[in-house]
Amino acid sequence: MEYVSPEGLRIDGRRPLEMRKLHAEMGVVAKADGSASFVMGNTKVIAAVYGPREVQNRSQQMSDQALVRCEYSMANFSTGDRMRKQKGDRRSTEISLVIRQTLEACILTHLMPRSQIDIYVQVLQADGGTRSACINAATLALADAAIPMRDIVTSCSAGYLNSTPLLDLNYVEDSAGGPDVTVGILPKMDKVTLLQMDSKLPIDIFENVMQLAIEGCKAVATYIQEILLENTKQLEYHRGV
Amino acid sequence: MLHNKSFVRKTKSGKITKNVREHYLRDDIHCGFTACKSCVSSAARLSLSPSTVLILDTNVILHQIDLIENPAIDDVVVLSIVLQEVRNKNFAVYNRVRALCNSSVRKFYVFSNEHHKDTFVQDMAGESKNDRNDRAIRVAAQWYQNHLKGVANVLLITNDKENKRKAVEMGISTETIETYIKSLGRQDLLDLIVRPPSEDASMEDIEDLRPSKRRVIYAEHKPMSEITSGLHRVIYHQGKLRVNRYNPFEAYVGSESIGDEIIIYGWTNMNRAFDGDIVAVELLPQDQWQGENSLSLADEDDEEEGAHLVPDSADDAPREANPRQGSNGNANLPSLPPSGRVIGIIKRNWHFYCGSLEPMPMPAGDVSVAHALFVSKDRRIPKIRIQTRQLGNLLNKRIIVAVDSWDRTSRYPSGHYVRTIGEIGDRDTESEMVLIENDIDARPFSSQVLACLPPLPWSVSSEDLANSIRQDLRHIRAFSVDPPGCKDIDDALHCIALPNGHFEVGVHIADVTNFVHPGTPLDDEASQRGTSVYLVERRIDMLPKPLTEDICSLRADVERLAFSVLWEMTPEAEVISTRFTKSIIKSCAALSYIEAQARMDDSRLVDPLTTDLRNMNALAKKMRLRRIEKGALTLASAEVKFQIDTETHDPLDIGMYQIREANQMVEEFMLAANISVAEKILKHFPVFSLLRRHPTPTKEMLQPLLCTAAAVGVNLDVSTSKALADSLDHAVGDDPYFNKLIRILATRCMTQAVYFCSGDLSSPEYLHYGLAAPLYTHFTSPIRRYADVIVHRLLAAALGICKLPTVFQDRPQLTSIADNLNYRHRNAQMAGRSSVELHTLIYFRKRPTDTEARIIKIRSNGFIVFVPKYGIEGPVYLTERNEKGGEWYVDEQQQQIKKMDGSATYGVLQKVQIHMEVVELQPNRPKLQLTLI
Repeated sequence: MEYVSPEGLRIDGRRPLEMRKLHAEMGVVAKADGSASFVMGNTKVIAAVYGPREVQNRSQQMSDQALVRCEYSMANFSTGDRMRKQKGDRRSTEISLVIRQTLEACILTHLMPRSQIDIYVQVLQADGGTRSACINAATLALADAAIPMRDIVTSCSAGYLNSTPLLDLNYVEDSAGGPDVTVGILPKMDKVTLLQMDSKLPIDIFENVMQLAIEGCKAVATYIQEILLENTKQLEYHRGV
Repeated sequence: MLHNKSFVRKTKSGKITKNVREHYLRDDIHCGFTACKSCVSSAARLSLSPSTVLILDTNVILHQIDLIENPAIDDVVVLSIVLQEVRNKNFAVYNRVRALCNSSVRKFYVFSNEHHKDTFVQDMAGESKNDRNDRAIRVAAQWYQNHLKGVANVLLITNDKENKRKAVEMGISTETIETYIKSLGRQDLLDLIVRPPSEDASMEDIEDLRPSKRRVIYAEHKPMSEITSGLHRVIYHQGKLRVNRYNPFEAYVGSESIGDEIIIYGWTNMNRAFDGDIVAVELLPQDQWQGENSLSLADEDDEEEGAHLVPDSADDAPREANPRQGSNGNANLPSLPPSGRVIGIIKRNWHFYCGSLEPMPMPAGDVSVAHALFVSKDRRIPKIRIQTRQLGNLLNKRIIVAVDSWDRTSRYPSGHYVRTIGEIGDRDTESEMVLIENDIDARPFSSQVLACLPPLPWSVSSEDLANSIRQDLRHIRAFSVDPPGCKDIDDALHCIALPNGHFEVGVHIADVTNFVHPGTPLDDEASQRGTSVYLVERRIDMLPKPLTEDICSLRADVERLAFSVLWEMTPEAEVISTRFTKSIIKSCAALSYIEAQARMDDSRLVDPLTTDLRNMNALAKKMRLRRIEKGALTLASAEVKFQIDTETHDPLDIGMYQIREANQMVEEFMLAANISVAEKILKHFPVFSLLRRHPTPTKEMLQPLLCTAAAVGVNLDVSTSKALADSLDHAVGDDPYFNKLIRILATRCMTQAVYFCSGDLSSPEYLHYGLAAPLYTHFTSPIRRYADVIVHRLLAAALGICKLPTVFQDRPQLTSIADNLNYRHRNAQMAGRSSVELHTLIYFRKRPTDTEARIIKIRSNGFIVFVPKYGIEGPVYLTERNEKGGEWYVDEQQQQIKKMDGSATYGVLQKVQIHMEVVELQPNRPKLQLTLI
């Protein structure tokens, strides 16, 4: 299958180093302490954050830091075929864990001992790169909930098909079975908090692809910062400052 | 820059699902014009100031690809929607268009109209896919017209009336392909145009005034849906149609659903199918099945096959049509092979055909368009009707023709002229035909490829000497043994007696991978060519000449880089240890087989080199014996050798290729090296090693051999290769040639060995049947085989000398390389054989000869003989061509043909005297005729 035409266009018309169109919104769930939606092309996710609040299960309470919990789920209508997605299947457990670990690395948990932070992410529409989109949405939601963080976390994926590194794979490219590298970074501190890959790649090509994904993360970070700034301005305006 | 526009697509994959895909529309897609001011011109491909820019629609590309490939058509904009449609309809044509778009000499530009913001068209309700795409083409043409206003004319080429009308309404200038070519004023190009079938039929009316000609000759092909359901219900059977080499009116379809071959008699039943087509067949009622008698040699149309070379394996040989009779053993109730008729063609196998026009008088008067019948060189292909404007020019030429269609009302398919090769009868023309027919690229290497070569004169540099991975073996007495006059020497040997009584034996192979690096144009070219091709009078190299004959060739007395396999062996030829290393060697002698043999035989010679030779020969004999004990087959082939006149390049003499002990000695060590390397690479890379296997022949394939053997009273055991080897050894008749003949027949029942990627098969299937080796690969001839280059890289990676190229991490890619190698390898062999056949013909043209021959197959009106001296096989007729059967009858059990009055009997493997002469019964198709004396 031809994923990149000799003219240098991907199936959906992007060039190899281009991302899909991004869109983010904060405060989409009024009831939550913080929430955001994040859209990458046709991938649409929503994140809600509750906390810091009292630990529900006493046995899990930690005296020196906050407990971070994360739940990832896909809406039944998120994919073309309307299958009932049972909760807690292997895939979503794994992604929940990945998101929790990535975010835990940037939340200043030691400032909130004996408390718990709940992060709920749900995929409304899936078109590849849901993992990245969820992390990006969760970052925004955490910021919205005013939870202290070292830095924002941003994530982006990159792949390697037809001997070309591709940024931000969509579903068709993702299901091609080629390598798929998902990277999460702390943009200001320039540190990697998440690195996952499906399939195999020679090491030199892997470095290229990973570098590309990091570039993608940085672009996402720029966008997220814009959204945060705009959101802050809105808040300022509402307060009448 | 990004415009997001998503749209809905429905795809059907068992159930209907709704797919939503993003579709980005862009404003950075340029028009491809160098002179365009508004577009970025870095990717421009069209010429600076073209007068007209052509936009072709899908059907024009699909049908007129031969014309488009002509350099006269240039400055073409290919729309991405057109490319996509072409790709879906015909992948071969798509590849050809893509090649044009990538070629640096042609000015073809691909315009991604589907992603351009101004040329993208939305689907409209109630509009079919085709209509929508046609509209997209018109919109793009209109955009170009506005975009290039005042710079160039835009011309939409379409043969679709409706499309043309709508385009004119939109103000786009359009032409059909015919009118456009006419406006160019190029008469010769008009021959290349493919005419739609309907037009063709009407022309035929004018040409042939007989009313009967218009009648329907062939049955209609069933629609695809009916075929599919028929195949499901096992009413129809699917298979590849193979036309009998001896009789083009008879074809076989190997069908899996009934596990037997279906025979199809006559063109009406074959119903317009070509050799190699995948067809759907319906069985005829049992009472219409025809018996053995019809399997005769001759046919209705005064055509018959001349003598030709002996096929080397079962793949080449015409299939034995009636394998069951012999095994049945019940002569009273012969079970007839099922016969059938073609009811539909699932996949066409049309390609180019080489041949000439059937001689015909020049039409009276000044007729611009003449109709002619093209006769292919390959007898299995029917005559093809073409139209030409240059009849007088083409009559004495060999030409290439492509098939376009085959109408129900037309006896022959219609096609169009592609190009001329040269004069008929000219040896260069005929040789080139051999190359074209076998898809062999004999063009000189491109400048990009030649740029990859190291500078000449090349010699081993101090860097190579200093390189720690390279062992200096220059002090070792290495030598090469090859056929006389061999210039591409890729192997050398050495043998040293060690103090402990063992021997160190080394096989040194030219280190081609030191010069051919993966990913370079040189490597791409070599992997495409796959193998060097050896014709009688010339060689077509896989690698450029400086590499083949100088830098890589392990010539005598020069230092060369090598990849060595070193064994320590006991005097009993047991391998104690194996070592692989890159090395530098200096061969001390380049011997020919004859020289090497002479040295070994001459007991007066006791120089070190001769001693080495004798030691090696002793080892080789033991290795060979051990191999044969394991069940390796000693098969015989009827290889012939020409002596060519150095001036005229005409053959002076032919004779069987003689195999000496020296040949076997070298062969033995090459086999051992290959096996050692195969083991090594498979150990390191179990999933993506390139190996070579030889499948075990099936019972059915060996049936003809068993029949023949039984008829002459030899019992062959074919249960294992060991059993077969033993029974072949015991098959000794009263005359000395008998055993060899049986072996030649056995060789023919085998399939060919093939390359494969180890990950694609499980390990029992790795077996090489003929060599009785569980593992085998090719390592020893990297100059002339690409497979060996790959194996060299694998071995180097296994030794940690260099990194494994990325190709090997992609199994599908490796599999496709292996497939290509098999294809090229086979074609090279076929070309070699055709070349020998051609030269045989040239040889016998001046020398009608009487000689001795052996009968190898009995037919109803004659038999097929094999001429050992010249390696030729051909039919001998006992009856006149127009009589059927008559006074002869065939004894199937005894494999004999007898005269009714019992006065003469001919049995299989019997010796007969024949007369060989070149005759030209049909114009432009000379053939060797064999007659009984």
